[in-house]
Formats: sequence, structure tokens, C-alpha cells
Amino acid sequence: MSFREEHELHKRRFGRNLGLGLVLAIFVALVFGLTIAKVSDNDFKVPAKQGATN
Amino acid sequence: MSDATINTNTTAETAQPGEAEFGDFFALLKPRVMTLVVFTAFVGLLAAPVGVHPIVGLAAILFIAVGGGAAGALNMWWESDIDSLMKRTSKRPIPAGKVTRDEAFAFGVTLAVMSVVMLWLATNAVAAGLLAFTIFFYVVIYTIGLKRWTPQNIVIGGAAGAFPPMIGWAAATGSISIESVLMFALIFMWTPPHFWALALFMKGDYHKAGVPMLTVTHGRKSTRRHILAYTVLLAILAVGAAFTGIGGPVYLAVALVFNAMFLRDAYAIWRRDEAMAEADDYRVEKKAFKLSLWYLFAHFTAILAEAALAGFGLGGWA
Repeated sequence: MSFREEHELHKRRFGRNLGLGLVLAIFVALVFGLTIAKVSDNDFKVPAKQGATN
Repeated sequence: MSDATINTNTTAETAQPGEAEFGDFFALLKPRVMTLVVFTAFVGLLAAPVGVHPIVGLAAILFIAVGGGAAGALNMWWESDIDSLMKRTSKRPIPAGKVTRDEAFAFGVTLAVMSVVMLWLATNAVAAGLLAFTIFFYVVIYTIGLKRWTPQNIVIGGAAGAFPPMIGWAAATGSISIESVLMFALIFMWTPPHFWALALFMKGDYHKAGVPMLTVTHGRKSTRRHILAYTVLLAILAVGAAFTGIGGPVYLAVALVFNAMFLRDAYAIWRRDEAMAEADDYRVEKKAFKLSLWYLFAHFTAILAEAALAGFGLGGWA
């Protein structure tokens, strides 16, 4: 039996896996967006610089 | 063990007719309750005097919604025994055999922890702490502790549903203030008449499940009195809020109209007895329940409108 052959389980769980994949993709995009928003903030300071100034 | 063995076992174990779909896990989050959570948290966030970056605001609303959904999943995990007894809840994923109790528990705990941590990272510790307390309150204090013990379960449970606008406000400001407490109080006082109106015409369900609803423990006449009393207190609070930082002329107009209508319905419910209610299939109680949904939506939309008008220098009484 080839590993490439699609198992019946894969067909059955396609919707569930697709949904989970989409949720994870949205989560990654959101964390990326949050990171950009945080580092674009005027109050943001790079930790190493903070250390150097102390 | 060969691959063939693994495949055979896997198929045998999972080829259940009631296997969970993606939608079944989504249903565990109580999406209808989540819409209220999202909307009120959104209003709390936008009504706050401090602006937030749109992405941070979006993330905050999303994580508050996920936290609320996690509490819903944990509620279904604990209540699966009585859910199967009530017509209204018998099609939920656990009683329907789509999701096991263990799966629901793992799903709920994972999402609860994740939502609190992510809200903390996205906004601040006050908002995350409030979200964590909300989940704890709804699951441990209300669902596990008090729901099956006291007829005041709805009053106490209402507090959990009242936190989202406070969390939204805290996400923006990092603090709690009188305005956010007022939004909390509005939902808290609205919940009892809303649910007791429902309990009057869904009478068989709670009795069958042994949940000590006021209609079961104190009788239906007493429930009608409670609905009127809470609606009067709610009206005082809702109209009074018009003269605070979240209110203004638009809010006052909306509050006057909707509280007059809600009071009229609560008074009609109080005047009726069971014979009258059964004669017209609980027409007045059903009407009051539907109105209560619009009532909350209208009040929070008015708060949102005042916040939006403030952006143009027109909101509030100034």
C-alpha cells in the first residue's frame, strides 16, 4: 500500500483539517500583524538599547 | 506493528457515525452568545477615551470572543448530563454524540489559557486578568458551583456575561472606571428579566433537568413579580447612565423609548396569570423576550453612536 494513496480517513476529515488550517493561518497572520503594530508604536524600545542606556 | 495494523485500528476507532466536524467544535463555543460578547466588547473598546491601533483592537476583540467561547465549551463539558434532558440543548455536540466530554474539556482549557495569554500580550494585564476572572466566574462559580443550587443562578450568571464591555474598555485604557462598571451593570441587570421571560414559556425544560429556576422553586407568579422589579431597577440604571461619560442625547432618547417599552411588557407580564398566558401561548412573554434582545442591542449601539459622535465633537452633553 502506497503512502500517497489517500486514506478514507483523510477524505472524511478534510473539512475539519481545512477548518483548522484556516484558523491557524488566521492566527499566524494576526500575530504577525500585532508584531508590526507593536514595533510601529512610538513607545516601542528595542530591549538591547534599553540595556545599553542603563 | 505494521502500517496496515495502524490503519485498521484507526479506521475501526474513528469510523463512528457521529464523528465531530469542524462545525461541532465551533458549536462548543456557543456562537450565538459569542455575538453578544463580541458586540459589547467592541462597544467597550470604542467607547473608551483612549484609542488603540486597529490590529490591536481586532486582536483584543478576537481573544475576548475566544475566551468567552472557551467558557462556553467548559460549560457544555460540565452540563452534558442535563443538556441531554432539555429539548433546547439536546442537540449540542456532547449530548448529540459528536464530541466527547474529554475533548470538550481539553478544547475549552486550551482556548481559555491561550486567549488570556494572547490578550495579555496584545493589550495589558488588567484586560487579561478580567478575562481570566470572567472564565473562572462563569465555569467554576456559576456552572459548577451555583447553577444547580440556587434559584438566583440567573442573577449570578448574568455577571459573567456582563464583563466583556469592561474587558474591551480595559484593553484600551488598562484600567476599570465608572463608565465600564455602568456597562457591566446594564447587562447584569438586563439578564434576569431576559432569562426569566424565556423560562416562563420554556417551562418544561428546566424542571425536567432539575435546575432550580425561579419558575420552579418560587412559582410563576413570583417570577412575574421579579421580572417587573428587575425591569424597574434596570430602567433607572439605563436612563441614569445617559448623564454619565458614556451617555448623551442620542443615548437618552434610545433609553427612554426602549425602557418605556420594556416596562410596559414587564407590567403586562406581572398582571397576567398562567391561565391567561396559556390561552394565548405566552404571547406577551415571548414578545418581552424578543424585545429584550433589541433592548440591549439598542443601548450598546447608542453608546457606540455617542462615542462616534464624540470624534466629531458632537457626543455627550458638552
